[in-house]
Amino acid sequence: MAKRVVIDPITRIEGHLRVEVVLDENNVIKDAYSSATLWRGIEVILKGRDPRDAGFMTQRICGVCTYSHYKAGITAVENALGIEPPLNAKLTRTLLDFALFFHDHIVHFYQLHALDWVDIISALKADPKKASEEAFKYVPKGYEPIATGEDHLREVQKRVAKFAEKGDLGPFKNAYWGHQTMRFTPEQNLIALSHYLKTLEMQRIAAQMMAIFGGKNPHPQSLTVGGVTCVMDLQDPARLAEYMTKFKELADYTNRAYYADIVMAAAAYGNEPSVVQKNNLGNYLTYRTMQTSANSWLFDACGYIKDFDLSKFYEIDESKIEEDVTHSWYKDTGFRHPYNGETVPEYTGYVDGESINGEGKLVHTKVANPEGKYSWIKSPRYNKEPMEVGPLACMVVNYAKGNEKVRKVVDEFLAQTGLPAEALFTTLGRTAARMLQTKTIADYGLEAFNNLVENLKVDKTTVTPYVIDKNKEYKGRFIGDVPRGMLSHWCRIKDGKIENWQAVVPSTWNAGPVDGNGKKGAYEVNLIGMKLADPTKPLEVIRNIHSYDPCIACAVHVMDVKGKKLGEFKVDPLYGAC
Amino acid sequence: MNDALMKQMKERIEALKKLPGVGSKSIKDVLEENGFTRRDFLKWSAAMAAMLGLPASFAPVVAEAAEVSDRLPVVWLHLAECTGCSESLLRTDAPTIDDLIFNYINLQYHDTIMAAAGWQAEENYEEALEKFAGRFILCVEGGVPTKDGGEYLTIGPEAETGLAKLKRTASKAAAIIAVGTCSSFGGIQAAYPNPTGTVGINKVLNKPVINVPGCPPSAKNIVGTIVYVILYGQLPAVDNFNRPKWAYGLRIHDLCERRGHFDAGEFVEQFGDAGAENGFCLYKVGCKGPYTFNNCSRERFNQHTSWPVQAGHGCIGCSEPDFWDSMAPYEEPLANKKFMSVDADATADKVGITILTVAGVAIAAHAALSAIKNPKE
Repeated sequence: MAKRVVIDPITRIEGHLRVEVVLDENNVIKDAYSSATLWRGIEVILKGRDPRDAGFMTQRICGVCTYSHYKAGITAVENALGIEPPLNAKLTRTLLDFALFFHDHIVHFYQLHALDWVDIISALKADPKKASEEAFKYVPKGYEPIATGEDHLREVQKRVAKFAEKGDLGPFKNAYWGHQTMRFTPEQNLIALSHYLKTLEMQRIAAQMMAIFGGKNPHPQSLTVGGVTCVMDLQDPARLAEYMTKFKELADYTNRAYYADIVMAAAAYGNEPSVVQKNNLGNYLTYRTMQTSANSWLFDACGYIKDFDLSKFYEIDESKIEEDVTHSWYKDTGFRHPYNGETVPEYTGYVDGESINGEGKLVHTKVANPEGKYSWIKSPRYNKEPMEVGPLACMVVNYAKGNEKVRKVVDEFLAQTGLPAEALFTTLGRTAARMLQTKTIADYGLEAFNNLVENLKVDKTTVTPYVIDKNKEYKGRFIGDVPRGMLSHWCRIKDGKIENWQAVVPSTWNAGPVDGNGKKGAYEVNLIGMKLADPTKPLEVIRNIHSYDPCIACAVHVMDVKGKKLGEFKVDPLYGAC
Repeated sequence: MNDALMKQMKERIEALKKLPGVGSKSIKDVLEENGFTRRDFLKWSAAMAAMLGLPASFAPVVAEAAEVSDRLPVVWLHLAECTGCSESLLRTDAPTIDDLIFNYINLQYHDTIMAAAGWQAEENYEEALEKFAGRFILCVEGGVPTKDGGEYLTIGPEAETGLAKLKRTASKAAAIIAVGTCSSFGGIQAAYPNPTGTVGINKVLNKPVINVPGCPPSAKNIVGTIVYVILYGQLPAVDNFNRPKWAYGLRIHDLCERRGHFDAGEFVEQFGDAGAENGFCLYKVGCKGPYTFNNCSRERFNQHTSWPVQAGHGCIGCSEPDFWDSMAPYEEPLANKKFMSVDADATADKVGITILTVAGVAIAAHAALSAIKNPKE
């Protein structure tokens, strides 16, 4: 008989998420339901506001990818007004992006994801000398490992041993230590643990890196419609040097710790079926991001691949982006383009059911109703097909398009690990892709910085002036990749005020429920077929879900209570389809 | 007076020392492990004492308070929020003492960083509530949706509403700290028309709540509030909005680095102009510093790296109640504010339109702005 496992809350993510899996008699996942349990209504709140305020409010969608929605909100309004910020502003925004990606990705891997791979308790048994030697195996050519000297590791071990001796592990208690799918040796665990602690320090540097031109982090405050406000910092050589130094520190850490640990994970986990099981959804969608000069982007692909096929790249057609709410807690039927969003909340809750608890007993639980509605997240589709977005999509689609920088970084990683390209389409690959995206920034990001400095020598403009004509109607959007994948914000302005605002965010693409055509999103479909070693400790599920870096506050906010029709959709030639 | 206070704090610390701690090691050990000297620690204690408005002679008591912080179990609850406040804490100064204090409190539940998930996480939660009933500090991040019974947020296998979980947890807490503007005043989701009926947590609880607003608040204000609770065993002196006076007693404007330009009547007229390049006052492009009570201009963010005004953007007033509605549009002087037919108050109107446009009489504006007091007592 089918057994159900309910995991609520999924911790170490942003937001409130529940995942339910249905197991067969061999503990293989037959079905899965992803459900977001919080709704905040930020778009409806944006209505009637001054368009210049939108960025500050959309920013509060998320305090983790704290810059993504700010930039998106500001850029969508610029797009609607038909203005283009000066090159200095564009490149400065890219510098803020670099800080965000560094921060988000290292914190995700070490603070949020690592405890799915690393057994802290096992690290106590490690031989620091052996571990220190082992660390040299995984760094890229030309680098030495960081924070893994024998003396350093011995200290780490001592600190953690003292902590463990207390008997109360605080935030680390009751986890899945000793789980049979944990594959690191004690020495490997110790290396990763040392980096877990070191990352706490490095992420502060990344946050400072953002604050230099952003004013603060989280929730930076130096963007304005038309440009950036940090003109004094940009003209201060000491500030520029401060940024460059921190960039280099993060780039160095990416190579000497993050890259190395993923290579180590690939070596250790290559034989663990739950992390190398091929995804069931083979469609990947991305959009260009990180402008590095007047006409170039670090990740320049705007399109998708289908059925895992890296040999064919398709360009995106924005009119084919739609959302469906058949199984989401909103009234409505059918698929709608974001400009025509029509959504009224209709909470129907969960139904009574049973699931296996932490002791293996079947107990009463609220469960998702697969026939009805079961999530606050909508289901975005491209041309009626589900798509996975995120760093994996960014890397494979750019690879397919022939982005040379991406190809070089990916090929080198595959060569060093001995993995085939196919291995990217897995939980392990998704986690690796996030690191490879970071490495691409580390290796090539300073180009944007250098171009900014060059440009500042001849042009000091930071803001493009504009007028909002109250007698005109405007329509515009932002599309671009952010740390969790493709993000788009769509707005209409009338009488000088926001008439409508819709955001289609990365975690919506990945975490949404099944659509009206019965097609499942990435979370749900990719879990199917995975075998659990122990249903009372569903670590394999958590590891898989964490590999997407869920951001649920982002994903649950879409609404237009008035249900207005918002007219036809047209792409603005200024930003255009690329 | 000071003697009585000193006695009260010492008694409080003695009482805390009798409680079981998480660890056997003192903060002295933690400091040594992290390469800090006792001198650094006392320096921090003196700074913290000053921040809390205590005389310098109290620095050793503050140090003692920090040392018993491991007796203080903390349960951190996430409601309707964006996790920005937790992120702010994660970036707390390192390697300085604030960070150690935070690492050193007995953090029992925090779902962004804890290892356990699902059933195991729930188990930790229930266990903490039972084991530390009446003793733990509850930190709440996020507002609480109340419309339709609070159905806009559920947590756990039985889909308990955030509202029910908050009430249940708060009833067992020794002290409650609302971390951030969402839990203090409802935050972004409570902005007009507030479709989820979200409110600040004090609206649904019948216990005192100390508000540490900001979007997000600085880590210093959060840590300082925790140290205060240890020192006094009670909530700090607060203003009308339940904000600790020691952190929110001054306006941003009072210690602003651009204040001289305000007094001289030198303003940025629009972003990107010559005034912006010269670091002039941002009032005319919407700075809400004169109406906002917080210590950002003194403490700044990210280890003093910067703050919005330094980066050339005006303050948006994020530690004030309902600022999303009352301070909008954020890039216009409050004087021009007309949102939802609510006009700005007459004083600000006069200051913004009449006086500030006349260079040289900004001193008069200053006099008018100074009339805006923190709603104390």
